[in-house]
Amino acid sequence: MGRMRKLLIPGVDKTLLVRDAVKSMPDLTRRRFISGGASLGALTLLTGCDVTDSFSAEEMLKQVSKFNDGVQALMFNPNAMAPTFPESAITKPFPFNAYYDLDEAPEVDGKTWKLEVRGLVENKKTWTLDELYQLPQVKQVTRHICVEGWSAIGSWTGTPLRDFLKLVGADTRAKYVWFQCADKDGYNSPLDMPSALHAQTQMTFKFGDEILPRAYGFPMKIRVPTKLGFKNPKYVLSMEVTNDYKGGFWEDQGYNSFSGS
Amino acid sequence: MSAVTVSDEHATSTKAKVIQPAWVRALHWTNAFAMVLMIMSGWQIYNASPLFGFTFPRSITLGGWLAGGLLWHFAAMWLLMVNGLIYLVMGFVTGRFRKKLLPITPAGVISDTKAALTGKLSHDDLTKYNYVQKLLYAGIIVVGILIVLSGLAIWKPVQLQYLTALFGGYEGARYVHFFCMAAIVAFMVVHVALALLVPKSLRAMIIGR
Repeated sequence: MGRMRKLLIPGVDKTLLVRDAVKSMPDLTRRRFISGGASLGALTLLTGCDVTDSFSAEEMLKQVSKFNDGVQALMFNPNAMAPTFPESAITKPFPFNAYYDLDEAPEVDGKTWKLEVRGLVENKKTWTLDELYQLPQVKQVTRHICVEGWSAIGSWTGTPLRDFLKLVGADTRAKYVWFQCADKDGYNSPLDMPSALHAQTQMTFKFGDEILPRAYGFPMKIRVPTKLGFKNPKYVLSMEVTNDYKGGFWEDQGYNSFSGS
Repeated sequence: MSAVTVSDEHATSTKAKVIQPAWVRALHWTNAFAMVLMIMSGWQIYNASPLFGFTFPRSITLGGWLAGGLLWHFAAMWLLMVNGLIYLVMGFVTGRFRKKLLPITPAGVISDTKAALTGKLSHDDLTKYNYVQKLLYAGIIVVGILIVLSGLAIWKPVQLQYLTALFGGYEGARYVHFFCMAAIVAFMVVHVALALLVPKSLRAMIIGR
């Protein structure tokens, strides 16, 4: 235990660390570890009780989370802009944050990378980085808020997603834009259409006036200042305009899907 | 109409006096339950990104990990808020706040604090709160309102950005939320200890008399 403690990094949530480690396990080991380690599961084993009770608590929480999605969608005001800050307020260094270390971050070749656009769009063509760089860009200095609680102010420059959706002839009556990414284990995340059409939602190509570095999602991230950080996918490979809820990397593990700010 | 009122008064005076009406008891225990859920899940959330150089022991947190803590927190918040709103409305409408909590005078608080510390505070009439109780109960209602508002400010720093700005921005609201929690936990420790010292007050909050 003493050795274990030394290995832990101060300020890093042990639970999250374990969770991350679990992710790198093969599926079966992972399932066993989770069922053996989770306290509710352990409790039912100890007491020999039927698991229905713990399942119903989980089910109740899931239902309330869905209800909260609806409440947040109602609260969402498309005209409410996330507060902006002067450049002097930018957090330096801006934190790298992911479920893996920086040296495991995707290394995308900008020359061969292509953005795939799928689903309910008129023009399903793939876009090269050079083509995307030709589109008009705007800059925003906004606060990134992580689901863990911390926040940091950054400067992001890119093309408003709503302009791009218009350009590709997306059906903006569809419910979601679903992003798929190059992160290991395949990160993905759904974005509800009203948030996708928000003026500040951006296909980001630059951080702090420089081409987006690998740490922050090269070649493209989706910056959504009206959402928590995990709803801002990095290393984006494709986007799909869809009416189907396709789930997401963190959403599927229990994080609230709307997660609006 | 008047006959009914008279017979009602007659009935209550012959029966043992109701110290805590049923609605107060129901709301009190619902609040206690919701508060415990909110605090324990809140500690889980705090641990993901601590504001200070400590974390809460895992065994006293709720949810197992951050996502679980958040699910509990954002479920129990409805219970806390709806229950709290009913309490505030009832407190004003029935005149309970005015009758029970006012007036609060500095002289009264000082003399009752002295009496409490020397063990001379009377508990003969539980329908009347002493000045220390009045101050603490009124204060904790204010803290309760503040913790909900600062929580909303953290949850919706864009949609409710004017509220968030009142707390000095997103990071400011996190600190306000934390210190309100600390105040409530401190209140609970004292409140539970005193209720156990005067068991008939605990009885009144359970069966009303």
